Formats: sequence, structure tokens, C-alpha cells
Amino acid sequence: MQIELRQISKRFGRFEALKGIDLTVASGTIHGIVGENGAGKSTLMKILTGYLGRSAGHILLDGREVACDSPASAAREGIGMLYQEPQDFPPLTVLDNFIVGRDGPGDANRARQRRRLRELADRVHFHLDPDAPLQQLTVGERQQLEFLRLLGREARVLILDEPTTGISDRQKGLLFEALRRIRDDGRTILLVSHKLEDVEALCDRVTVLRQGRVSGEESAPFHLPRLLQLMFEAPEGTAPPAAVPTRSRRHRPGEPILRFDRVSAPGERTGLHHCSLTIHRGEVVGLAGLSGSGQGLFLRLAAALIDAREGEVRFHGRRLGSDDHRAFRRSGGSFLPADRLEEGLIPGFTIQDHFALADGIPARRARQRARQAIERFDIRGRPDTPAEALSGGNQQRLLLSLIPEQADLILLENPSRGLDVASAEWVWGHLRGQYAQRGAIVFSSAELDEILAIADRVLVFHEGRVVRDLSGDAIDYHQVAAAMTGH
Amino acid sequence: MNDLPLGMLLAGILATAAPLIIAALGETITERAGVINLSLDGSMLLAAMVGFMVGYETQSFLLAFAAAAAVGALVAGVVAVFGIYLGQLQVAVGFALTLMCRDLAYFLGNPYSRLQGPQLVPLKIPLLGDIPLVGPVLFQQPLVVYFGLLLVPAVWWYLYRTGRGLELRAVGENPEAAYTRGIDPRRQQLLYTLIGGALVGIAGAAYSLDIKPGWGRPQGIEGLGWIALAIVIFGGWHPVKVALGALLFAFLQVFGITLQSVWPSIPAQVFQVAPFPLMIFALVLVNLLQRDGVQRWLERRPGLALLLARLRGAPPRALGRSFHPD
Amino acid sequence: MKPVLRPAIDGLLILVLVFLFTSALLLLVDTSPVEAYGHLLRGSFGSWSKFSRVLNVWVPLTLCSMGLLYAFRAGLWNIGVEGQMVLGAIGATAVLNGGLGSDTPLLWLGLALLAGMLLGALWALLAGWLKVWGGVHEIFTGLGLNFVAVGLVLWLIFGPWKRPGIASMSGTQPFPRELWFPTLEGWRVSPFAIGLALLVVLLSLWLLQRSRFGLELKAVGQNPRAVPLYGLSPVRYMLIAITLSGALAGLAGTLQVSGVYHRLIPAISSGYGYLGLLVVMLANFRLLPIPFIALFFAALNVGSIQLPMMMQLDSSLSGVIQGACVLSALLVFGLRRLQRRSP
Repeated sequence: MQIELRQISKRFGRFEALKGIDLTVASGTIHGIVGENGAGKSTLMKILTGYLGRSAGHILLDGREVACDSPASAAREGIGMLYQEPQDFPPLTVLDNFIVGRDGPGDANRARQRRRLRELADRVHFHLDPDAPLQQLTVGERQQLEFLRLLGREARVLILDEPTTGISDRQKGLLFEALRRIRDDGRTILLVSHKLEDVEALCDRVTVLRQGRVSGEESAPFHLPRLLQLMFEAPEGTAPPAAVPTRSRRHRPGEPILRFDRVSAPGERTGLHHCSLTIHRGEVVGLAGLSGSGQGLFLRLAAALIDAREGEVRFHGRRLGSDDHRAFRRSGGSFLPADRLEEGLIPGFTIQDHFALADGIPARRARQRARQAIERFDIRGRPDTPAEALSGGNQQRLLLSLIPEQADLILLENPSRGLDVASAEWVWGHLRGQYAQRGAIVFSSAELDEILAIADRVLVFHEGRVVRDLSGDAIDYHQVAAAMTGH
Repeated sequence: MNDLPLGMLLAGILATAAPLIIAALGETITERAGVINLSLDGSMLLAAMVGFMVGYETQSFLLAFAAAAAVGALVAGVVAVFGIYLGQLQVAVGFALTLMCRDLAYFLGNPYSRLQGPQLVPLKIPLLGDIPLVGPVLFQQPLVVYFGLLLVPAVWWYLYRTGRGLELRAVGENPEAAYTRGIDPRRQQLLYTLIGGALVGIAGAAYSLDIKPGWGRPQGIEGLGWIALAIVIFGGWHPVKVALGALLFAFLQVFGITLQSVWPSIPAQVFQVAPFPLMIFALVLVNLLQRDGVQRWLERRPGLALLLARLRGAPPRALGRSFHPD
Repeated sequence: MKPVLRPAIDGLLILVLVFLFTSALLLLVDTSPVEAYGHLLRGSFGSWSKFSRVLNVWVPLTLCSMGLLYAFRAGLWNIGVEGQMVLGAIGATAVLNGGLGSDTPLLWLGLALLAGMLLGALWALLAGWLKVWGGVHEIFTGLGLNFVAVGLVLWLIFGPWKRPGIASMSGTQPFPRELWFPTLEGWRVSPFAIGLALLVVLLSLWLLQRSRFGLELKAVGQNPRAVPLYGLSPVRYMLIAITLSGALAGLAGTLQVSGVYHRLIPAISSGYGYLGLLVVMLANFRLLPIPFIALFFAALNVGSIQLPMMMQLDSSLSGVIQGACVLSALLVFGLRRLQRRSP
């Protein structure tokens, strides 16, 4: 099916996310949509599936104008989407998740649907237990299931939004193979990604978005520098982003700051099992692993936000009591969670309120502090801007500005999530400049590239265990990637 | 045989439990779809009044129960529309309705106070009703008791064995995901809030036409709506366990009345409040079972763990949170 | 539309809705709305004696609503105010029982205030503790404890604190005048109680709107998951908030015993705890409108007392109007929200 988007625009309040997008996708091809974070890729796709309403523009399928004003109406036209965050029902079983939905032919006969699931899974070599509760599956497996479901619904247009985030190389291989196969069946596939290697491997043609506009289109074989130029080329007259200070692979760690001694804790998907290690002053430690392999637990245990079931955590030689994040902060620790608005900031509170809260200072001094921070951290907002009105990047800057200057252990969970390249570079430049010498930085990331570029020590998590502890020159892409997936 | 105190006791428990089962199952359906209708205590009373009023005027049980169901659905509809479509806190709307419906019932029901009205008579099922002991307990009951008992497997079957029931549960877990799959979560939530409310209304009329026949201020069922809400949590949002919870509560109530005849010096009101601390205790117990430490302790006691695992139940993830499409 | 005007227009809209609803209801039961409103008005503002009765309701209602506001700021639905008020009344009665025949009655009255607040606070703390430790939603613990409190008061009235002769629903033996809160000639309300309520409003204004504690409490209510990052323990703030809430409810209960009924009666709380929830909702969880809404609600309560006698109407009309106020407000707020979402 041929897809034609004409002059699609989308506003969120005063912010114009899409500014008149024209896009044509040929039938039976894999078409890539690339661009940096915030370019408008996901928004555009959610408009095509009717999840978001559009402010203006037309959608044509095989030359015929269609409404696509709700997921139900898009589904009637044969459009299905694999969302970046799995849109499923964790407490239900795999089979239940396969059955639920009115977005295509299907019936509630469990026996028939069970057979159908098996057939589809065999066709693309996926292996899923129909009776397992979904919450026991990895994100990759949940994606596989959703993919099979869309196949079963006979979607003629498949949209995949960042399908390779947080899944193993093997799962990625299987997915790509399946995608090629169904393309050859004559279906149209839209692949949204900011990973050019995925696009290169799979796509027939690519559209590049930048700041809500189409900045160019290319056909395979792709010329990488040309794509990068289309994605990132700064408009005339602005300075290039500050370079990240290069790391020295041969670091000399100082005295121990944080020590884990046979620590176990339940939680996340895998829990954390018998974790023993020491973090020293001067280290920048990256936590690698598939999402939910214990990195989040590790960070929260270190920050004394949760309790260890066994073993002990020592910070500056002191054993932290249960739920004693207060003591952790007083001793020089800071933790920045990935869910900034859910776990880090207070909705309804202004920038100024956050300083009043964090430093325990009266309103007038908080206002002053907020002004200074806004200038120093280049936060796009005013002291009385509420936190939820800030963009993701500015929320992260606000959180960074709340870290006390004398802190010497900075724990970060996916610090560049949702940030564009320039913001991420700024964040890392700030962190390294401010804290790397004086203390230690420990961070997790969903992007292996980020870890390899930033960290001078890498801990690889797999199924709740630290399976590799690599430093300096020993850090190797293939070894880390293999360890992440259990090899 | 029929005069056996045990048989009477059991029959009494069943009759006391039936309206509670109906109300709690109604709320279970509503909450499973992700909406919390807190108005039960008031809407049950209002439905009881309307049911009695219609029954008194028309002498028709069918009309009386239909009117009560309509009132229950109407009140639930206010919760649904305010909560789902107008984005107001479901708990706030429900609570305001609780108080208002109670006063509305007293206000409108004033002329019907202390009147002799119709009352459901026990319906003896042929043959089955003649079985010793079991017969009087199970098969010589008013119609609402049969309705309540049959409702349990019906709700269970709907929730767990039909496609629509699966959709209902899916909406309560993750309305956003349901929306991406072409389901209109708000319409589903409205529908199941109305159905749940209608059941609550029927439960209310079951009191004024059967269990505590008549109308007055106080009616004597004040507080039972809250009990029904607590039973839903206690039953882990599972219809069978919810029904068992209602039976347990009815047992305590009947047992309390029996105890009172043993200690006549203690006022009746004291026995009437006895189930409430027990309810809190039960809720604490259910919650403690989810605790890590308790889990570990149970790991070493597999028998007990298996038994208690049946008690656990997680709330629907989207409970009380309204979904808004773009 | 000027933003300043919006609340005024909304308020007017709410009043019109309530007026229409109530009038329709009165017509439905064949009553003249004009007559009914006249009785409500005369019954509450008709004379100083009647208005002082309104103030008598206003004091505990304002105290309960203020207490509820603390709990709401921390994100808690302290539905147990009702029971906390009862426990306050029990505490006060226990102390005043000890002060019978004493020659320092003021000391005993002071002690009664403290005991009432303490017992109310402890009863609330129990609900809070069951929430944070037992994981049971405060709505259910609060309600359960309300019923238990009523059982307790009944047991006391019919048991240990039985009136000489026969126990009855009319309550315990009235206290002698020395143990009443001082009042003036022709007043049905103690000026002392009014002063206390005003003091609580002013103190709360400072504590909730100006102080660091208020900011921290609000943060806990807005996002309990994030506040640990700021070194605050959400559990501690929730417990503090609900305890304060209970203390104010206990104070209200004490004043009911020592300033209004001068004895312990089964319905000592008069439903003011539940009504307070409506007051705070109608105030949209803001502090300043609370004393005024409480006054309006109190006038309705007092004005409706003579409806059964004068018009053969049930006095619950006041509750219907109060509920209609809150629902209309929720409707108007909801429509505004809808309007904002689709400009």
C-alpha cells in the first residue's frame, strides 16, 4: 500500500512539533524515518496511526484520502504500529495479550488463537510461551509478541518506532529477518530510528527529519556522511556543540568511595544477585546491560533508596541504614533517575520552588539561586516556570543544577534519555568537568555507544548479575555486547 | 429438621450476604475496568428508597428492582462522566455522591417512612427445597439470594472466559494500550460503571424489599456500602474471592447477633462495629502478604504459602486514573 | 475574559446550578422553593441567637476542614476525621470527669483541650500508620476507625459513663457550668471557640502557604516518589500531616463537648468530619475559601433544622444542597478543563 502524507502539522500548545511534512512511501518497501531526538519522528508516526490528532494535513492511502483520526480508524485502513514503549498488558498472559484488540480480524476463541500464535511465531522463528504472564518477558520478547499480533491482524502497513532499543543482538537479527520476509510479501514498513546502522541494514529509502521538517530523502545504498549532515547540520551562524573531553583509558583510581559486598535485592525483572565491587574516586563507571538487568536496582541500592535483602552497601566506609537517602545525600551522594518528571522533579513546583526544597532556603534566596542556575546551566525557563513545562533536556539541566557542588558520587540513570546530541554532549561535558576529578560518576545507559564513549570502566549486567568488569583498554565493543546477551 | 439452629444460621448468613455479594460484584466489574465508584454507601441507600417507593406504589417487584437498578446506574453514570470525560477525581465525585445520595434518600423518602410495604417471600424450589438441611439453606430463599449466588459464576465466566471480559480487564490494566488496539477505553469504562452501578442499585432494593424490609431514617444499612467496597479489595478483585469475602462478613454479622444474646449488657451497637476492625485487619493481612520479608518467611512454609497465595490479588493498574486521548 | 473574573463567574455558575437543582427538587415534592429558602434564611440569620448557633457549627466545621487540608496537602484522604473528632470528645469528657468539683476549672478545661487534641491525633496516627505500614488505603482505615469510634462512644455512654439511673441515647450526665467554656449573655457560642478557630486559620495560613514545612508537605503530596531525592521522607510527612489533621479534629470534638453539648452524646461529631471533606472539595483544596464555605454550610445546617416542623420536609435538604454545591463545582471545573484541552 502506498502512503502519502501531505502538509502534516502538529502543535502542542505553543510548540510546533511538525511544520508541514510531505512524505511518500512506496508500496512494498521498508522506509526509514531518521532524525535526532525531538525531530518529530514519533509524533509523525502517532499521527499516521491516529493516536495523536493532527493540527493540519491529509493522509492518502493508494491515492485515496483517509481519516486516520483514531487508532481504530487507522486499523481499519490496515495500519498497525509497534510503539517504542510496549503497549500491552503485563498482568495478562501472552495469549491474552495476543487476543486483545479490535484492530483487525480476530476472534476470542482461545484454541484457534493459540494455534494462530504458534503458526505466526514459527514463520518468523520467534519462541514465546502462550501461557506465561507477560511480565516475565523481556522487552524484546514483548515486542516480538506485539509484532506477531500485528501480523495476525493482517496489517498492511507496519510502523516500528525504535524497535531495537533494549533488545539483544540475536533478537534484533530475528526481527530484521522477519521484517525483510514480510516486506517481500508485499507489505509496507516504516522504520523509525536514530540508529543509522539499523537503517543501513534494512531500508530501501530514508526520509530525514530535523526540527519538525523534512530535511532530505535518500535511497539505498546510503552515503553515511550525507545522512549525518541532513540530521545534524546546524543552521548557519551557530557554534558547533562543545566537544566531550576525551577520556584517558589508563586512569588511576583513587581511594574507594562506594563498596558493595555480596549485595542481593529483589525487584525489577531480574533482581540483583551477590553483587560485590568497589567504586573509586576518579572513576567514570558505565553500567551496560539490556534494560532491566539490575542496573536500576544497583543505582537505587547505592543511593540508599531501597534496602538490600542480603549483604551490605558502604558509602565512604559508612554503612547506610534502610531507606537512608538523606544520609547518602549528606555524605556527598546524588542520584538522578531516568524518569525525570515521575521520580526526580515535583510537578506543579517551579524552578525556584525546587531550589527552596533542595537547599532548604527561603523564597527570596531560592529565586536568586534559580536565576544563577538558569544562567549557568542554560535552562530555557524562568524562576517561576513549572517543572512540567520544561522540555526533557531542560528538566535534566534543572536536575543537574540541583546537585550540590561538593558532591563526590554522582549516580545517573539513562542521563541522556530523550536528549538530543547537543544536549547530551553538554550534560557530559558538565559532569566530567565538574565531578570526574573530585569524585566518581556511575551511570547506566540504554545506548552501548554512549557507555563506550564516556566510561573508563564498564560493568556489564546480565540477568541481575555483574558478569564483566572491564577497565581502560580492556573495554571492547564486541566483548561487552556479547556479555550483555549472556555470551 | 428445618428448625435446626445451624440450618437457620446458615440460611441467615446466606440471606445477609446476598445483597453484599451483588453490590460487591457490581463494584468488582467497575473497578476491573479501571473506575472506582466510591458512591456505594449513598447510592445503595437511594436505590433502596426508590425500590421501596416504586414497590409500594405499584406493588410490582419487577418495576421496583428495575427502578432501583436505574438509580444505581444513574449515580454510577455521574461518577463515570465526571471522572472519565471531565477529568475530575473519581474518588472526590464518588464521595460527594455518597453523602448527597444519602441525604436525597432521606429527603425524598420522608413520606414513605415506616409504611408497610411489599416484601419478597422465600421461593422454594421444588424437590431441591425438600432436601434436609441443604434444602432450607440453599433452596428456600428469596429470589435475590438465588440472583446473588448465580451472579458469582456469571461474572467469573464473563471476566475470564469471554472476549469482552478480556477487553474489560485489558482496559482496566492499560487504557492507553487498549486505545492503540482500536478499543475505546472510555466507552468501555462508562458501560461497565453503569452495569456495576445497576447491580449496586439492585443490592439496595434487596435490602428494602427483603433483608430489612421497609424504609426509614436510619434505614439500618448505612455503612454497608463501605463494607462492599472493602470486600472488593479483600477479594483481590476476583469475583469468587469477593463473594467469599461477603460471606465471611455476613457470618461475622450473624455471629455478632448471636453473641449479643450471650452478653445482653453490652449494647448492640458494639457488636455491629465488630466487623470493621476485622475488615481493617484483613486488609492489612492481604497487604502484608505482598511484603518481601513475609514472602521469604513463607518460602520456608510451602503449605501455608500456597494457601495464602490464593488470598493475594493486585489492583487493576489503571484503577481510578482517567484516560484522555489526545 | 480577564483571568481575575473567571473564579467569580465560575462561582456564580455553580450557585445557579445549585439553585436550579434544588428548586426542581422542591417542586418535585410539591413545596414552594421560595418558602423553603425563606425558612432556611430566617432559620440561620433571622436573629442573633440563630446566627450564634450557626457559628456553633462553623467552629468545628472550620477546624475539621483545616485539618483535612493538611492531609490533602500530603496527598491523603483523611476520611477518618469523623472518628478523630469523636475520640477528641471522649478525651475531653474523660478529663472533665476528673475535674468535677475541682476549684480550678480553667485548668481542667485547658487539660481537656490537650487531651482531646492528643486523642484525636493518636486516632489519626493509627490510620496513618496502618496506611504506611499495613498498606491499607486511608479511606478504608479511616472509615473502619470511624465506626469503631462510634462503637466506643456508645459503649462508654451505656457502660462506664452511664448516667445515674438509666443509660440513654441522650448521653452522659451534663457537666456543671464551671466546666463549660465561658460564654456571654445571650450567646449560644463561646467566643473563646471562635477565637480558637480563627487562630487555627491564621496559623495554617502561615504554616501551609509561607513556611518551609508547607512547601515540603506539598512536595510530598505532589510527587511522593521524588521527594526522597530531596532528603525528605514521604512517610514521615504523611504521618505528621495526618496527625495534625487528627489533632484539629480532636480539638473540634473537645469544643463540641465543652462548648456546645456540655456532655458526651452518641452523635457528638454531627457528621462534621464528612461535611468538612465537602467544604475542602468545594474550596478546590485551597485555604482561603474554607472559612467562608464553612459558614455557608453551617447556615444551611442550622437553617434546615426547622424544616420538618414548619414544612414537613426532612432536614436532610441541607445535605442535598451541600452535595449539589460540590457536584456543580466539580462539573464546572471539569467543563473548564475540557475547554482548556480543546481551545
